[in-house]
Amino acid sequence: MPFIPHTEDDIRAMLAAIGVRSVDDLFDEIPAVLRSRGLQQVPPGVSEMDITRLMHERAVQDGFYLNFIGAGAYEHHIPAAVWQIATRGEFYSAYTPYQAEASQGTLQLLYEYQTMMTSLTGMDVTNASLYDGASALAEAVLMAVRTHKSSKRALMPLTAPPVYRKVVHTLVKDQNIELVPVQYASTHGHTDLQALQQYAGQDFAALIVPQPNFFGIIEPADELAAWAKQNGMLTIALVNPTSLALLRPPGEWGADIVIGEGQPLGVSLASGGPYFGFMACREQYVRQMPGRIIGATHDVDGKAGYTLTLQAREQHIRRSKATSNICTNQGLVVTAATIYMALLGPEGLARVAQASHANTLALAQKLAALPGVKRAFATPVFHEFVLQFEASAGSVLQALRAQRILGGVALTHDYPELGEAILVCATETKNAADLDSYAHALAAALQSTTNSRRHSWQM
Amino acid sequence: MTPANLKYTKSHEWVKQEPDGSVTVGITHHAQEMLGDVVFVEAPAVGRQVMQGEECAVVESVKAAADIYAPLSGEVLAANSKLADAPEKINADAYAAWIFKLKPSSPAEIGGLLDAAAYQAVADAEQH
Repeated sequence: MPFIPHTEDDIRAMLAAIGVRSVDDLFDEIPAVLRSRGLQQVPPGVSEMDITRLMHERAVQDGFYLNFIGAGAYEHHIPAAVWQIATRGEFYSAYTPYQAEASQGTLQLLYEYQTMMTSLTGMDVTNASLYDGASALAEAVLMAVRTHKSSKRALMPLTAPPVYRKVVHTLVKDQNIELVPVQYASTHGHTDLQALQQYAGQDFAALIVPQPNFFGIIEPADELAAWAKQNGMLTIALVNPTSLALLRPPGEWGADIVIGEGQPLGVSLASGGPYFGFMACREQYVRQMPGRIIGATHDVDGKAGYTLTLQAREQHIRRSKATSNICTNQGLVVTAATIYMALLGPEGLARVAQASHANTLALAQKLAALPGVKRAFATPVFHEFVLQFEASAGSVLQALRAQRILGGVALTHDYPELGEAILVCATETKNAADLDSYAHALAAALQSTTNSRRHSWQM
Repeated sequence: MTPANLKYTKSHEWVKQEPDGSVTVGITHHAQEMLGDVVFVEAPAVGRQVMQGEECAVVESVKAAADIYAPLSGEVLAANSKLADAPEKINADAYAAWIFKLKPSSPAEIGGLLDAAAYQAVADAEQH
């Protein structure tokens, strides 16, 4: 769609039609002191050639780093075709269209996305996506409370990502929904069934099961879901979509609602967004599910067609009693994810997951063999693991960065009980040489931090 | 069109007084006509205590969702399970397709309900 600015003549004609002398007169009601007199810190416009050159110069300053940071956003290879197709004019929209049924191609794509996600999660129904993983978890908690009816509390394991826990708290606290934290087993790094026992028989709407959890660890999902069911609560599975190509789908281990961050499916890291959240559930809960849902149908001539369905849940019909104020989806990002999944297929996605898992195990072994380094937990992981140092985690990461390696995320702030610990991720994008580079750089980093400590002792 | 043996509310519920003192509740013919094709009915849980005027059920059509209000205070005795699979029964015959039954806790409230003529006037006023 082209951008067509008004000409001076257009503006004069419009002003004449409404009997106003100038555009400024339209703002008379706003006192002069409140009006902006230009953006003082913003320089005047520059040419395309100059701005391209400036951006190149700044991009070079970013440098090239080997990235081993995960913690919720993952660097995966994105086939060039994904965004080439996603940015075609026919697909290039951020939303489900407002005249939805006039856009059959977009609806068909979203329907196919939903089909892929139900297959990946092992659930009955999926919506057309939410904003991101963290807000999807908040929506799942709200949905569980609506479904459960009697309880406004949910059990939130400390192995769920800290940022997600904060987002959920922010979004549900004003509805007086309480998140009760659940400790993890300090030896295994997964939710402690023992710690859950104190809540047995109590009224809770849901238990959240992060699979794999924030530490990369595989939770005893079957036992957790069975315990939740026994105690009359729903199970909300927070999953990594790539991992689902290897792990059993949550529909098979007893999840009632499945949510997660869709970024690993063909979406670039892009400094944190836009990403998309996905949400699936058992059919019996579909009327409590927020967001848009696309259905397949036939038109009057018997031809296949697609439509927005179950709209009576949504705010344009239900007003204040809608399931959620979310009446949209992440159209463009989901388009890319759908193309990514279609290109890879189940087998390709399993290969990505397998390669990430294998790289992670190999890296963990190399790093934990260094003196002054150990794995925090010996429990099986997917594609992340926790390392503990004798030296300061912050200094080690800084020393790695000086060697062009982003070594991971320090856990000292969110998990002080783990001591000097970091979370490390290796996806399929890393090769054997990259893993060796990390090991060598870490050995050097530990050496330098130890030396500087000795040095400071001498002072 | 508006059965004389029933009582009504301004919010378009009908109430039938049963010989055992319980009441049966549904939505009126006028209400189903306004809603259009009904696709889902969410009935209240049996055993739930409701106050007069409290939202206790939802009738969803292809174009709208309407809350159903308890016409009287009391305990929910039963919900019409047949509507789960065949919500269109409400369109076919609104006065046969009951939604739930109540055991009134304040029978005096019945006196405040509308009779057929008064309800017909409410429905007519809405159509004009």
